[in-house]
Amino acid sequence: MLMKYLFAKNEEIPPGTATLFFSFSSIVWFIIGTGLGSFNAAKLAFPDWVTGMEYFAFGKMRQVHVMAVIFGWISMAFAAAMMYITPALGNTKLWSEKLALWSCLNWNIGLAVGLVLLWMGMTSGREYSDFIYPIDLIILFGVLIPVSLNVWMTIAKRRTQGIYTTNWFFAGSIFMLMIVLLVGNLPEYFHLTGLTEAYLTWWNAHNILGLWITPVAAAIAYYTIPKITGNPLYSHRIGHLHFWSIVIFYSTPAAHHLMSAPLPEWLKSFASVEGVLILVPAIAFVSNILLTLQGKWNMFVENIEVRFTVTGVLLAIPLNMQGGFQQTRSINWYIHGTGWIVAHAHLALLGFSTFIEVAAVYYGLQMIMKRKLYSLALANFHFWMLLIGFSIYWISMTIAGLIQGAGKIYEVPYIDIVIAEHPYMIARWFGGTLVFLGNCVWLYNMYMTAREGTVVPQGRMVHELAYER
Amino acid sequence: MAFREYKIGAVMFGVALSMSMFITLVAPSFNIISVGSTALALDKELTYGFNSGFSFSDPLLTGGAAPRKVTLKNDPVSGAGMEPVTAYVFLPNMPFPSGILHPAVLGEGTDDLSVEQGRINEASEDQGAVFLVQHGAYNGAEYPYIENATATRGWSPDAVLTAVGDANVSHAGSGKVIFVREGCWWCHTLLPEQTQDFQYFGAPPYLGDFNGESPTAFGSDRKAPDLLHVGARNSSKEWMMMHFFNPRLVQPHSIMPRFDYLWGKVDANGNEIDYNAWRKEYLKYRRGERVAPPEVPVPAPDSEARYLIDFVLNLK
Repeated sequence: MLMKYLFAKNEEIPPGTATLFFSFSSIVWFIIGTGLGSFNAAKLAFPDWVTGMEYFAFGKMRQVHVMAVIFGWISMAFAAAMMYITPALGNTKLWSEKLALWSCLNWNIGLAVGLVLLWMGMTSGREYSDFIYPIDLIILFGVLIPVSLNVWMTIAKRRTQGIYTTNWFFAGSIFMLMIVLLVGNLPEYFHLTGLTEAYLTWWNAHNILGLWITPVAAAIAYYTIPKITGNPLYSHRIGHLHFWSIVIFYSTPAAHHLMSAPLPEWLKSFASVEGVLILVPAIAFVSNILLTLQGKWNMFVENIEVRFTVTGVLLAIPLNMQGGFQQTRSINWYIHGTGWIVAHAHLALLGFSTFIEVAAVYYGLQMIMKRKLYSLALANFHFWMLLIGFSIYWISMTIAGLIQGAGKIYEVPYIDIVIAEHPYMIARWFGGTLVFLGNCVWLYNMYMTAREGTVVPQGRMVHELAYER
Repeated sequence: MAFREYKIGAVMFGVALSMSMFITLVAPSFNIISVGSTALALDKELTYGFNSGFSFSDPLLTGGAAPRKVTLKNDPVSGAGMEPVTAYVFLPNMPFPSGILHPAVLGEGTDDLSVEQGRINEASEDQGAVFLVQHGAYNGAEYPYIENATATRGWSPDAVLTAVGDANVSHAGSGKVIFVREGCWWCHTLLPEQTQDFQYFGAPPYLGDFNGESPTAFGSDRKAPDLLHVGARNSSKEWMMMHFFNPRLVQPHSIMPRFDYLWGKVDANGNEIDYNAWRKEYLKYRRGERVAPPEVPVPAPDSEARYLIDFVLNLK
């Protein structure tokens, strides 16, 4: 089906085809990413489980899990949402459905090649920019530029008066992502070394999260909540505050990832203060969404997309409370480099961001296929598997991190920390496995929706129809 | 153009993002550029070579493009005995590190001494070169600098390697490539923190300890001891050998993966390594059917296991 449309005339491709492919790709990458995560966690809990095989060594698989989840699941779900929401908000069609399909194909191929090379050990050795730079360039030119062209041109050719919040975020974030990838990988293109390399590594890592994953996830919530509940967004102005404080405050604290490294002290202090100011966009976003729900809180229980989105938004509260304060010197010295940070990273990516994207993929797929969700029971099962699995993971890793921090400052022999962490490593593996299993059920549910979901009558929205199973 | 009502916003966006990038990128770069190399930084970049991650000179990260660090006890030209010196041998076509290619990254003083007295700009990658770390005075201050011994003393890479013999050669540079490829740094950090942490793992690094090193591989997610000074805590080759082959041999509670596959096909004596037989015997030991674990084969001189052991022992 993809082959048929890749060489078809743009006008002959049904609207939404790109979102369809992006959505199903993202679900498959989610399963792959969480499956790898579960496998890696098992290796930390049971080190002799699969052993002596080069390609199943933890050190070769860890980064494959991270990159599969960030660039496969999260970013592809973002692309799916962009290809659907941008034209919907502009009351128009996507600028080029064909270009979007090609970028989906390039993305899947580029990512698969990059991950296989990474798995073979071909890495830059730089966290969050682990891909070798030819792969970065393929992603930039083959994927991000086409996707951003589509977003920008669709907004430019819109048939509405203003630009809605979601679309500023989409247009701005994808621009910032390209700048971040270009600048963050400078050490690889031009072989910059030493502290410059170390700092740019974390400048890149911080800004991928801050200028891409956080704002785009929030932008999706700005669409799904008003759309499904029927309430208008509580405040456009708070949306402005959110957008501008993201650009100003979230783009500056990169150095707080290296608080204990020998970087210039003024830079670390500056980053730390700016890091606390991340609370400005965070509070703006959470309050805006929660106030939009006024009078419609019943949908938090009754509607699966609202439930997923609002859970994600609620998880943004502990996320930003941690994120704002854990990077100050008074807290960072205790938890830096411990499992606490791993828990925090999963709160951001598997908690806050994933829950919002899952809702978007559920909703977008039903709208495009014009079919009602096959089974609410399976979707509920998926929700609870994700939430319980994530909670087990987050709580166990937070405790493990506090143990590690205590061991670090009291100079405990390291092996005692390893022994003390063992039960939490098992819990982490168990939680991650629940997430993986839940996602397998999700893929089945969406496949059955495509085949057997009740057709949505012309002129009706999917959320107006009752669930059947 | 439907964007016109957003002109001010787009300009503001550009201004805000540029300001942010100016503060976080341009401003600190003045500080970082002005940092001069310590002697440790010179040692590290000469030990590790151009790059320990992916580069087109070593795309599969085999460690083949990294230099050798040797301890020289005889003059390679005359053969006469001398005070032992540490030399860094770049065989022909081994890419030089940033400090040799662009001496400016070495920092003021070190840069000038390395060019004027060390003659590093005469070194050629095509012919290879031998470098030394020296100390000298420039404008009244003491600086470490790099000496190109091929130009100043006529030491050729081949002559130096012949003069030292395999026992005095360290493959720490190749070992760092293996360290990056195998993802050791996902658990073992190379950065004792500037807080209480360093009392256990040793002194945190200085600002100038990194010039020319790439990647720095600090690590962020510590699940195992920091390794920046591990060679000073434990300098036993045998311990490292057993630990890499199967960490549970020396530390029963370790969760480190086994890196026995780094031994390759044959051991130091050229005998084929029978991994299955070894694991069978090891399981017997675990079940209590053997008193001692089976012997760990000694890695071959050109095996990746040897590179990695050399790297770890070189972290003083």
